[in-house]
Amino acid sequence: MGVGIEVINLNAWYGTNHTLQDINLNIPANHATALIGPSGCGKSTFVRCINRMHETNPIARATGTVRIGDLDIYKDAKPVQIRRRVGMVFQRPNPFPTMSIYDNVAAGLKLNGFANHRVLDEIVEKSLKNSALWDEVKDDLKKKSGASLSGGQQQRLCIARALAVDPEVLLMDEPASALDPVSTSKIEDLIFQLKTQYTIVIVTHNMQQAARVAEKTGFFLNGRMVEFDSTHKIFTNPSDKRTEDYITGRFG
Amino acid sequence: MTRIRFQQSLDDLKENLLVMAGLAEQAIQRAIEAYRVRDLSICDLVSRSELAIDRLERDIDQAALDLLAMEQPTAIDLRFILSVIKINADLERVGDAAKSISDRVRQIEQLAPVDLPVDIPRMAALASEMVRKSLQAFIEADPELARSVLAMDDAVDAMNRAAYKALTKVMEEQNHIAAQALNALMISRSLERVADHATNIAEDIIFWVQGSDVRHRKSVIMDGNDPHAMSS
Repeated sequence: MGVGIEVINLNAWYGTNHTLQDINLNIPANHATALIGPSGCGKSTFVRCINRMHETNPIARATGTVRIGDLDIYKDAKPVQIRRRVGMVFQRPNPFPTMSIYDNVAAGLKLNGFANHRVLDEIVEKSLKNSALWDEVKDDLKKKSGASLSGGQQQRLCIARALAVDPEVLLMDEPASALDPVSTSKIEDLIFQLKTQYTIVIVTHNMQQAARVAEKTGFFLNGRMVEFDSTHKIFTNPSDKRTEDYITGRFG
Repeated sequence: MTRIRFQQSLDDLKENLLVMAGLAEQAIQRAIEAYRVRDLSICDLVSRSELAIDRLERDIDQAALDLLAMEQPTAIDLRFILSVIKINADLERVGDAAKSISDRVRQIEQLAPVDLPVDIPRMAALASEMVRKSLQAFIEADPELARSVLAMDDAVDAMNRAAYKALTKVMEEQNHIAAQALNALMISRSLERVADHATNIAEDIIFWVQGSDVRHRKSVIMDGNDPHAMSS
């Protein structure tokens, strides 16, 4: 099951550039939360702070508190532990090109020393079923490489890979922006199903996509969280004029 | 990504709705004038304007539908387009009410003039004032002016109820002028409908500008207890 994410006074920098400023919000468990905002507003930095990827850049740093469930991720855990609890899917599908479909899904588990083949088989099947890819690849699991799949299939493979380590949170940074409308629709349907089991945070430039898949939406601007509310409220009657101007296309 | 073309389309939609509003307002004023002076040539003008109103209603609906499909509007733009679609339908029905009144005038013209216990001109003035104010509220995007229209509706309803009571009594007791009374009753009913459409338009303007759904909550609004009722 997913867990809630509590963010308190989160600040982040790239060198001297203060990219996130005093972010406070509560992301509800087992819901999809969309983050929107113009390019460079800090939304991707924000999700990278949630799984401590931000600090992998040598000039980057972050302060504040991020709690995933009861775990204070900057205090109580190492980055590797966090990434087992927080899966991430990126804009461009990035399957391991030389690995089979099966090995792509099992990679995270094997990396953690998991060697029981029977259990691995079960997890791979379950993950591929949860990512709605099983029926399309079940006969070629070990024959085909991940790179041989279509773009949409590759993205669902990456989702299966993220799910295989049984995370509580799934971060998705523009997961459908490189996909055609049919593949996009499949990813959106998948998000809809997955949020019953995981807490999903999705960064998107596609506002209709945010409106379709997320119950909550946050609007970032210039490193600040301008407004965070139900998606319904944000897209029909936002409280802040800047949110309204952005979603109606008056700036951005 | 400033959407200049989209904003221009919204301006065009507003302008077309104002043309429609002008025709509907003119139609109801002409119908009332036809009743007052018993002039059938004015009834002909009302009939002709109804055709123009119907054509414009279709054009506006199509333009609004195109914008919904092509532009995926949100927030105030979405509320504006939804309001335009609804106001458009109400204006078309104001045109229908004008036509209905002018049809009654044609019948009245065939009958002997009689004094009836109903003040149609006063009721017409109030209903017209509601339409005029609601359209002014639309032009100025003024929710307070729109709220003032809501407060006027009860007066027209009361006039219609009084007309119904007085005119049914005439029909029961003075059979020889029952036809005149029936026509007056139908005109009173049409004017009450015009006031209802003006009320709907005012509610849509409040929804467009403030995102508040104030339908069916008139008593709360007038009491001043809940000025932004049921924020969506």
